[in-house]
Amino acid sequence: MQLWLIPLLPLAGAAINGFTGRRTGKTVQSAVAIGSVLLSFLWVVKTLMALMPLEGPYVEKYFTWIASGALTVGVDFAVDRLTAVMLLVVTGIGTLIHIYAAGYMHAEGGYSRFFAYLNLFMFFMLILVLGGNFLILFVGWEGVGLCSYLLIGFYFQKKSASDAGKKAFIVNRIGDFGFSLAMFLIVVTFGSLDFPTVFAQAQALPVEQSAGIVTAICLLLLVGATGKSAQIPLYVWLPDAMEGPTPVSALIHAATMVTAGVYMCSRSAALFMKAPIAMDTVAIIGLATAVLAATIGLVQNDIKKVYAYSTVSQLGFMFLAVGLGAFSAGIYHVVTHAFFKALLFLGAGSVIHACHHEQDMRHMGGLRKKIPHTFAVLLIAALSIAGFPLMAGWFSKEEILGAAHQHHIWMYWLAWFTAGMTAFYVFRSIFLTFFGEYKGHAHPHESPWSMIGPLYVLAILSVVGGYLFNIPHILEPVFRGIVPEGHIEHTLTDYVLGTAPGIIGIFLAYVVYIAKPGMADSIKESFSGVYTLLYNKYFVDEIYDAALVHPIERSSRNFFWKIVDVGIIDNGFVHGFSGSALNLGGLLRRMQSGAIRNYAAWTVIGVVCILSALTVLGGGR
Amino acid sequence: MSLYDLFPPEFFKLSVPLSAYLILSAILFTIGVATFLFRRNVITVFMAIELMLNAVNLTFVAFSNHFGKVDGQIFSFFVMVVAAAEAAVGLAIILMVFRTSASLQIDDFDTLKN
Repeated sequence: MQLWLIPLLPLAGAAINGFTGRRTGKTVQSAVAIGSVLLSFLWVVKTLMALMPLEGPYVEKYFTWIASGALTVGVDFAVDRLTAVMLLVVTGIGTLIHIYAAGYMHAEGGYSRFFAYLNLFMFFMLILVLGGNFLILFVGWEGVGLCSYLLIGFYFQKKSASDAGKKAFIVNRIGDFGFSLAMFLIVVTFGSLDFPTVFAQAQALPVEQSAGIVTAICLLLLVGATGKSAQIPLYVWLPDAMEGPTPVSALIHAATMVTAGVYMCSRSAALFMKAPIAMDTVAIIGLATAVLAATIGLVQNDIKKVYAYSTVSQLGFMFLAVGLGAFSAGIYHVVTHAFFKALLFLGAGSVIHACHHEQDMRHMGGLRKKIPHTFAVLLIAALSIAGFPLMAGWFSKEEILGAAHQHHIWMYWLAWFTAGMTAFYVFRSIFLTFFGEYKGHAHPHESPWSMIGPLYVLAILSVVGGYLFNIPHILEPVFRGIVPEGHIEHTLTDYVLGTAPGIIGIFLAYVVYIAKPGMADSIKESFSGVYTLLYNKYFVDEIYDAALVHPIERSSRNFFWKIVDVGIIDNGFVHGFSGSALNLGGLLRRMQSGAIRNYAAWTVIGVVCILSALTVLGGGR
Repeated sequence: MSLYDLFPPEFFKLSVPLSAYLILSAILFTIGVATFLFRRNVITVFMAIELMLNAVNLTFVAFSNHFGKVDGQIFSFFVMVVAAAEAAVGLAIILMVFRTSASLQIDDFDTLKN
């Protein structure tokens, strides 16, 4: 089936743009970039058509990568329905965002570099979802982290951008450390890293009611997932990642890479189902992240920051679903979220583009008439994320709320409340941006069609994506036998109750920002303490700085640099070795006097020494 | 006393023992080394080298005679040829060095070092 062609096409695109970018024009560069991803998408479609109905996994083994004792790790690609869904999302959304980026980045420098990185990201992301064992998944996992770093710091001359890139990379290192430890434990416990082997063995194990080895593995995997998918406590890098160009925020930090954690946890469902403690931890972390990020999102003024916290919050929803054992609901939300959040970011990019790189919503307003297309698609995206009935987001949110309802009623109400906040902050951003009077100084203009086109495609998907792709039904064979059967029955009351927070949130946002202007300010006045807390993001960055970053920095500077590096490594080893070589050389240099008779004398002494040694040792004959 | 008495036919049948040749060769070689080390005149040093080569030649021939094989004589021819070539080149070098530095003192030839 040539699965290898799927990731290799974007890699070829990255190589072409990376190596020849200095000599080719922007048309060629964007054609190569878009073409390679589009071809990859078409190849995915063709492969999946041929593999239908794909009840079990289809595996391609290429070669052995590591053979060490009993452990053998091969370069394997595997496709099952879960991978198929992710492949379609990654390449499909990826293609649309590449087209958009060709228009968005047109006036920017580093055009070929941008597309080389973006294609490289596609390569690693496809490796991640195609990988047939944990190590190949990890290769993709690290690769997308690298590309994320490169693209966040794309405007590397800006200090804040390069700092944000480093922050993302370092925070992800913590998560990856957990992931590596989880892999070591898997090797020790199961003797293999292949998904089928590990999961088959895990299936045979009893459910761990108290903490055991599987619980440890799952919790370490969760550490990895919290890094990549921006969950508490490692979510702090994602809001800063908005320093990157907007298409990057849409593709990497909303639609694809940050959902890798959800994908990985769903992939490891067989492990997680054996560790109820780890499952509860996942659910609680997800819910806590959803609530925390949504509250922060309520008061941010930067349009991209609002959507960034919204992404963190929605990822929390996905983890809630995973933790509740509703893996397919989590993936459902991954898919619909990819549609509407990519649309929100790309629409925000169009707004920013229109307002000449103004991102503060307080300097926008009244853009509805000036950029009608952008307004239309952003409104659709907002309705979708708010959970307006029959939009894509509504379906997946209903699934997650249903799962929470079955599990714990307090989880349901917290999720319900968060869904209301989601609707509120998204419509706050819509009302502030598009309604009222224009408060900026630029002359807003509509974006070119290469940007609007993909937006409309995404808008259609945000509307119909929910029932077009019934993910829980599609993924049923993947989780059969792993997750207990049992369809969640939704009654009409459930639907009404589940739809309510979205409607209420929209209505409240309308009241506060349109019907009674000034109300927002008076609320801000009366709850100034809460407002300050939320506006400063619970001071989490400051707490991390004081508790972790500064102590580490201080100990690095005073101990590791001044004592270990300068004292031991530099003065002890580097200068020590070179100094002793120099001294020895100085001694030997005296032999080289330049006088011929000295040399002859040395020769004679040498001959005499050798001969007498031979004589004494009796080796002369 | 006639010449016959002095050198009877038996005399010519006596052979010089090998050790005598080797001792002579060692003496010659040591003189060569000592001259090489302690004399300053380049020509003298040069002759010392020739002396050492001839000392070696002597051992070759002595061993050749002792064992009744021609290998040693062939080697000694090689040594002579090489010595002749070396003498030609060496004298040419000494001549050129003398033209540039107007000296034959070996201690003055340290341009490469200083």
